[in-house]
Amino acid sequence: MKRNQALEKVIHGVFLLLGLIAVGCVLLITVYLVISGIPAIREIGIIDFLFGREWASTAAEPKYGILPFILTSVYGTAGAIVIGVPVGFMTAVYISKLASFKVRAVMQSAVSLLAGIPSVVYGLVGMLVLVPGIRKIFDVPDGASLLAAIIVLAIMILPSIIKMSITALDAVPKEYEDASLALGATPIETYFKVSVPAAKSGIAAAVVLGVGRAIGEAMAVMMVAGNVPNMPTSLFQSVRFLTTAVSSEMAYSSGLQRQALFSIALVLFLFIMLINAALNFFLKREKE
Amino acid sequence: MKKKITIMMAAILALSTFAGCRGTDESSVTTDGSTSMEKVIGALGEAFQNDTGISFTYNPTGSGSGIKAVQEGRCDIGLSSRELKEEERESGLSGTVLAYDGIAIIVNPENPVADLSLEEIAKIYTGEITNWDDVGGSDAEIVLIGREAGSGTRDGFESITSTEDMCRYRQELTSTGDVITTVSKNPNAIGYASVASVKDAVKAVTVDGVAPTEANIKDGSYVVQRPFVLVTKNNTPLGDAAFKFFTYVTSAEANEIISAAGVVPAN
Repeated sequence: MKRNQALEKVIHGVFLLLGLIAVGCVLLITVYLVISGIPAIREIGIIDFLFGREWASTAAEPKYGILPFILTSVYGTAGAIVIGVPVGFMTAVYISKLASFKVRAVMQSAVSLLAGIPSVVYGLVGMLVLVPGIRKIFDVPDGASLLAAIIVLAIMILPSIIKMSITALDAVPKEYEDASLALGATPIETYFKVSVPAAKSGIAAAVVLGVGRAIGEAMAVMMVAGNVPNMPTSLFQSVRFLTTAVSSEMAYSSGLQRQALFSIALVLFLFIMLINAALNFFLKREKE
Repeated sequence: MKKKITIMMAAILALSTFAGCRGTDESSVTTDGSTSMEKVIGALGEAFQNDTGISFTYNPTGSGSGIKAVQEGRCDIGLSSRELKEEERESGLSGTVLAYDGIAIIVNPENPVADLSLEEIAKIYTGEITNWDDVGGSDAEIVLIGREAGSGTRDGFESITSTEDMCRYRQELTSTGDVITTVSKNPNAIGYASVASVKDAVKAVTVDGVAPTEANIKDGSYVVQRPFVLVTKNNTPLGDAAFKFFTYVTSAEANEIISAAGVVPAN
């Protein structure tokens, strides 16, 4: 008996240690980002940094304004949500409520597969198919643009939105739907007026998850957005996101430029923290 | 116990600051300078370290500070991605060309333009010429493809064409491969890439009538190129290790490594 208890304690300790690794990593990254992100913001000045409209980090007189990156990330994510959410949401309603068992199985595994495709593959397909396609369809000189990034992001966030929405819709008690059907509502009326409202906080969480995925994506976006630090004034403009601003220059950067890249990462981190807080809020509400 | 650890840490820290100062030690080679030479000097340093066991360090600071560092004796060999200026030579420095970095100007194979002058290239990249029509091509807007800030190829291209900070890129990509792919997919695109990596998917234009071949780069007739120079002091002989390194990289056996790094060996 005593031996069992000792073993229990040891195993408890091992699990605690493993759990602490994850927590430790988060803490370490947070502290590191804050420490390495603050100096450049101080030197540049927070107003000039956040609201400066020009980024020229290697020029003779360097300028470190990240407003173009912030706006691009916000617009790009918003665009991806505008396209991705209706498609993802409808797909989820179809899979959860309307599809036959066989169709449901096939579609669900297709969605899982979509989630498993590495982002560099999305980027490559975007670069080889989407970018030349946009150039031809819209008759613009070059297809690498905010629009291309939005489309790629919209497709990339589909799996998270679909899966999370399905979980929320599946969790709606069958009695609600039966009651609605018994009162004479058609199935479609029932799904949209009973099931969806009942699952709304889960669906909202799915949207927030999609936002998080879109704002944090770097690789695929870097390959299709053109990466020139322009203010995003048109859908067909070459733009740079917060993520790509960090990753495209990090390799060769030095001095204040490198510090400024860490500051951009800090800004991105704050965005993602906000999104996570929103996600927690929705998930908690769903539980209640 | 804690005290002991603190003392030990302090000792280690103190030692490590000393280690930073050992510039011209006999058992190591220190180099300092051009960030563009990172790839080639890194490959050479690694091979040298593996062959001889002599440790090798490279400090990417830029050509100007590399030259200054060798002048002040802070490193064994300075690295410069431009020829030494007259006053630098007079101050007792000499340069040995290690390799030539040729940059090809690439267009889509469908593009009828086959030759551009250096001036035209500069005008295209600064936005003075925006249509292929003006340089003998079809009537279409020129799409400028370049590299990200800090890239050695971009730095080389812009310094040779004197377009620093003036290029109006449509796309800034982070690798040579991406530039080539993008140019191969857009009939109106123009880009630049190091000569060694140019493939059939794109067409390298001749500059002032000269094709970017290895021979033309070496004899200097192809102008979109710059030398990678090893800078040493005339009056102070190199240390044993540094001398070994110098002979190694300028010998024929290093040529393969230099070519693999995408530049044309000079020796």
